[in-house]
Amino acid sequence: MRGILRNLSLRAFRVWQRDLDVYLTNWKTEFLPPLSEPILYVFAFGFGLGSLIHKVRYQGHELTYLRFMAPGIVAVAIMFWSYFETTYSSFVRMYYQRTFDAILATPLLVEDVILGELLWGATKAVIATSIMLGILTLLGLVAWPAGLWVLPIAVLAGILFSALGLVVTSVTKNISSFNLPMFLGIMPMFMFSGTFFPVNVLPPWALWIAWALPLTHVSHLVRAAVLGWPRIQLVWSALYVAVGAAILSAMALRLMKRRLIQ
Amino acid sequence: MRAPEYTVAIIASELRKRYGELEAVRGVSFEVATGEIVGFLGPNGAGKTTTVRMLSCFLPPTSGTASIHGLDVVERPREVKRLMGVCPQADNLDPDFDVFKNLLVYGRYFGLPDAVVRTRARELLEFVALSDKTRAGIDELSGGMKRRLVLARALLNNPRVLILDEPTTGLDPQARHAIWTRIRSLRAQGTTVLLTTHYMEEATQLCDRVIVMDDGKILLEGPPLELVEREAGETVLEAWNFDDAFLEFIRRLPGRLEEVGDRLYFYPDAGNHIDRLLEHHFPHQERLVRRATLEDVFLKLTGRALRE
Repeated sequence: MRGILRNLSLRAFRVWQRDLDVYLTNWKTEFLPPLSEPILYVFAFGFGLGSLIHKVRYQGHELTYLRFMAPGIVAVAIMFWSYFETTYSSFVRMYYQRTFDAILATPLLVEDVILGELLWGATKAVIATSIMLGILTLLGLVAWPAGLWVLPIAVLAGILFSALGLVVTSVTKNISSFNLPMFLGIMPMFMFSGTFFPVNVLPPWALWIAWALPLTHVSHLVRAAVLGWPRIQLVWSALYVAVGAAILSAMALRLMKRRLIQ
Repeated sequence: MRAPEYTVAIIASELRKRYGELEAVRGVSFEVATGEIVGFLGPNGAGKTTTVRMLSCFLPPTSGTASIHGLDVVERPREVKRLMGVCPQADNLDPDFDVFKNLLVYGRYFGLPDAVVRTRARELLEFVALSDKTRAGIDELSGGMKRRLVLARALLNNPRVLILDEPTTGLDPQARHAIWTRIRSLRAQGTTVLLTTHYMEEATQLCDRVIVMDDGKILLEGPPLELVEREAGETVLEAWNFDDAFLEFIRRLPGRLEEVGDRLYFYPDAGNHIDRLLEHHFPHQERLVRRATLEDVFLKLTGRALRE
């Protein structure tokens, strides 16, 4: 563990800053997806599907499908924005653009690059989450000020999914290989983690699997914040996300270092 | 007060790099003096790039040590890289930024203040004749312009040691000479330069000393012209469309004979008279008598078989 932490430094911020600069250069195209995505989901699922499903029972309360689903798409966005950034985007920087190679000729070390990428992935999740939260607030779907809790959740969960993405990137030989973890891991998680329906409708064996997945805990936390329904049991989910983020970050550092120093 | 100058800029001692079964670099030791330009020559797979990448802290050596101005490359990579400018073999300019921003972002990695980087970036773009491309995108640049920009980027931190991995590969003669001019003027400023190249002319033109590598080892080192004289002599005879009588005649002369396909290369021990001798005995033989070059030395040492 000390070996992993040894070379970490604030210089990682320079790598993060580089990614931010690129993002700000292309801000018009970068801002569009997180703006339009919640609107599309809300109309397609909230109003469309929601007109067929009248009420959802969640935590002993009855609520409209739209109110149930809206926090789910925020949780999904946290995962997608960070995971995509450290898989496809980091891979392009590492492999096609050789950006990491250029950075490693400067006083920055491999650890700075990996940490910078990790933090940038999480940052993208936070930016997207903030934009979506704004849209959902306009639609009257967020309880304030409890909704503010979504931001720290996005930071922590963003780190978790960023680190997960880097772990996948570290063992990926070419960019099309990302399809496998995408369709075996991320897509099932996207659908079965209490995002579009409460997990307790699943059969018991599937329920176990669902609770093992990080996104289930993230959507649980986000929903509690957006609806403004705090409960003590949420501590377990918060702990799961925090510990998961720490373990995956350590793995990401170790595996990406192995990948980058050949 | 400046730190005391080391006269030796680079020391490598018994460097080795192993990848599983393959040993890419097999015990390489050399020194480079401050202000010297040293060229690494060798066929593909000789271990030049691997050696250079170990010196510039990209790869940890499997064994052996290397230091730059007294700083160990494994123990103190951040300080080593602060002293160093690196032009990699493959261009890795940031395609997400324009020319100027590439330099700005790179300067930030060194922790240089923004104002310093801006001034220095303008000077360097002037130096590599890219001032009119300041706001151009990377994909608008030609191959030669990209190489010049990579060179400018490597100079941003005022490096004491510059490492150039095949700086002119794939460039047209104009672009190549443009890079050479810049490298020579850096020598004048006292920068130590270590370069790898496949071009013998480049090595002859630029280097105070060349190191010939093959198969992960150093075969030979020395000043280019001295090496040529020592290893290949003064003149070379090339002949083609020859008959057996000619071949027999050449075989009896003191020197080294090589037949490659339908062409003959002869490196006479005492070269001065060969042309007169042939003029007398085989006046109509198709031939070329020329000065020996580093390429002759290189091919003698590393053979003519294709690599990879």
